[in-house]
Amino acid sequence: MSGLLQQLFNGLVSGSFYALLALGLSVIFGMLGVVNFAHGAFYMLGAFGAFVLLDSAGLSWWLALLVVPILLGVIGMVLERLFVHRLMHLFPLYNFLLTFGIALILQDLIRMKYGVTSQPYARPSILDGSVDLGLFTYPKYQVFVFVFSIALSGLVWLVLSRTRVGMIVRASTERAELTQSLGIDVRRWVTPVFGFGIALAGLAGVLAAPMRAVNSSMGADLIIVIFAVVVIGGLGSVLGSVAAGYIVGMVTAIGNFYVPALSQSLVFVLMALVLLLRPAGLFGREEGVHA
Amino acid sequence: MATKLTTAGALTATIAMGAVIAGCAGAGGPQSDSGAITDDAIKLGVITDLSGVYSELAGPNAVEAVTMAVEDFKAEHGEDVVTQNIEVTDADHQNKPEIANTTAREMYDRDGVDAIFDVPTSSAALAVANVAKQNQKMYFNIGAATTELTGEQCNAYTYHYAYNTYMLAHGTGKTVTEQGAENWYIIYPDYAFGQDMNKSFTAAIKDAGGSVVKADPTPFPNDNFSTFMTKAPTLSPKPDVMGTMQAGGDLVNVVKQYNEFGLRDKGVELAVGLMFDTDIASIGVDKLEGTLYTTPWFWNLDDQSREWADRFKDRTGTRPTFDHAANYSAAMQYLQAIQRAGSDDADTVREELDGHTFDDFFARNAEFRAADHAVTHDAHLARVKEESDVEEDFDFTELVETIPADEAYMDAADSGCEMG
Repeated sequence: MSGLLQQLFNGLVSGSFYALLALGLSVIFGMLGVVNFAHGAFYMLGAFGAFVLLDSAGLSWWLALLVVPILLGVIGMVLERLFVHRLMHLFPLYNFLLTFGIALILQDLIRMKYGVTSQPYARPSILDGSVDLGLFTYPKYQVFVFVFSIALSGLVWLVLSRTRVGMIVRASTERAELTQSLGIDVRRWVTPVFGFGIALAGLAGVLAAPMRAVNSSMGADLIIVIFAVVVIGGLGSVLGSVAAGYIVGMVTAIGNFYVPALSQSLVFVLMALVLLLRPAGLFGREEGVHA
Repeated sequence: MATKLTTAGALTATIAMGAVIAGCAGAGGPQSDSGAITDDAIKLGVITDLSGVYSELAGPNAVEAVTMAVEDFKAEHGEDVVTQNIEVTDADHQNKPEIANTTAREMYDRDGVDAIFDVPTSSAALAVANVAKQNQKMYFNIGAATTELTGEQCNAYTYHYAYNTYMLAHGTGKTVTEQGAENWYIIYPDYAFGQDMNKSFTAAIKDAGGSVVKADPTPFPNDNFSTFMTKAPTLSPKPDVMGTMQAGGDLVNVVKQYNEFGLRDKGVELAVGLMFDTDIASIGVDKLEGTLYTTPWFWNLDDQSREWADRFKDRTGTRPTFDHAANYSAAMQYLQAIQRAGSDDADTVREELDGHTFDDFFARNAEFRAADHAVTHDAHLARVKEESDVEEDFDFTELVETIPADEAYMDAADSGCEMG
């Protein structure tokens, strides 16, 4: 039994990354109608940001956790103003191709500078070792990742549901035109929301640096799963993407445990099932799909 | 009427075929008969991964190594060199078998390449072997690990030069088992290389009296191995060692997470199937201290190797991997064989090579084994140094013991190769 629980916890930790990435992807999609293919690249830049700051400026991981997402958020906003913005009124495929191109460029720039092999990154020593969780002991760092992502998701949820800004963003995410017609300037919030989504991706990257291989392809490998997560949770549904992130994490972990050979396809089987039974996703609204 | 048409069709086909045959004879006949150098040039083609995951292990520096061999060969023979016209061309196969296949065809047919080198990635390596066989041109595989090249898919024109999964398994699998780690838990990436490694390791471990408690395929690529890390200590009987067959970025993930989960403290050691210096640099020497692995060569092996590695570093700015060294060595052996035979005709050269024994900085006690075309040589069981002992970048490895050539390679009789 504790074996199963431990696997579920493994799933929650990997789900933490899915949740943070899917959350960002989801708000961007909701607000801008843009499927941001560059999301994985910004996750990768987050990890590289932490590496570069440590390597060249000796900046600790804790500071990187603060600085890198802010930097990337700003870069995201600039990109939105310069490029994404101009294609928003066109067919969604244009922005999809644009962000796909941006992802390839970012990835190749990193590859030109750092090559294809992974860069070393040590975890902060205060998070070395493991903690006793009662039923089993678990690496301290990974427990931290889980707690941190849950807290952050909770915080984002609080901001979205309790503040006026949050309500505007949520309303424009879920029903942009209606919100607009109520006299709220949705466009004002487009750029900050894009930057915020990118910042979350960068944050996930910083969290990943100490426990995963830091290389130019780390985001490209992950982005497909994240898309599946967003579809499972329901396109544009903020709560759905977070919940689906943790669910997919747990399903994959259980799959890895019992049928390792299947684990790679499990997430897509889940996505197919969800699409068959609830085409709008687990937490999506039916009408949203037909709109 | 129908008969007439058929006859006419057959006639056309015959004439066409005749023209083709005549054309071939016209182009290739006289030169081959004279037994000299076709087109008065020797062309070496390097097919490798120029931009992807293996571009640092092999890649542009493999091309550089072959070029270096050409220069050294010319310098050695001076005036007496068989021809001054020796060219090196290269192409990127992106590790894809279909691209490797077309590129090899183009090189042999259109560019007049006499021998192809490197070709990492097993599936791509096998595709090129097939082209070499059809075109009856030379092919020295360096970068791929599969034993199939000298097994069921062997052919008269293909030599497998540097290493294979059998060598890695018998070095690491056998030694670690004999040192007392009898129960293994193997994780391997679920594609050709990983499956082949799993098979070879399982066989080697059983030979040495150990057993494989469990072998799990993992997704590829994969950044999350926590399931396998938590599973390892709960298996029954508890494994003494976890054998990872992952490579590159996946290997980095495995080692990072192995350390996270503190498996060493739980009594599960780590053994690595295939590791390059670049991987050690990525993970950090301190996290791998003491890890055993098998390699055909490393640059700091001895004076002879260091001397070559210094020259390589002067040209490229970096230390060579065993792939680079083997590319140099293979190109050199090929050119020397042409020099001895006085011809670059593929059949003449392979007759010259078959059974040839030699020693160079890369290959010790080496033989171009005629039976299956494995180029057998000593391998090395190595250990990652303590961090405090590292004197410069890429100085990560120390020798534990040399594995004699006849133990590093399987008997030709067991290879399953029937040379056509």
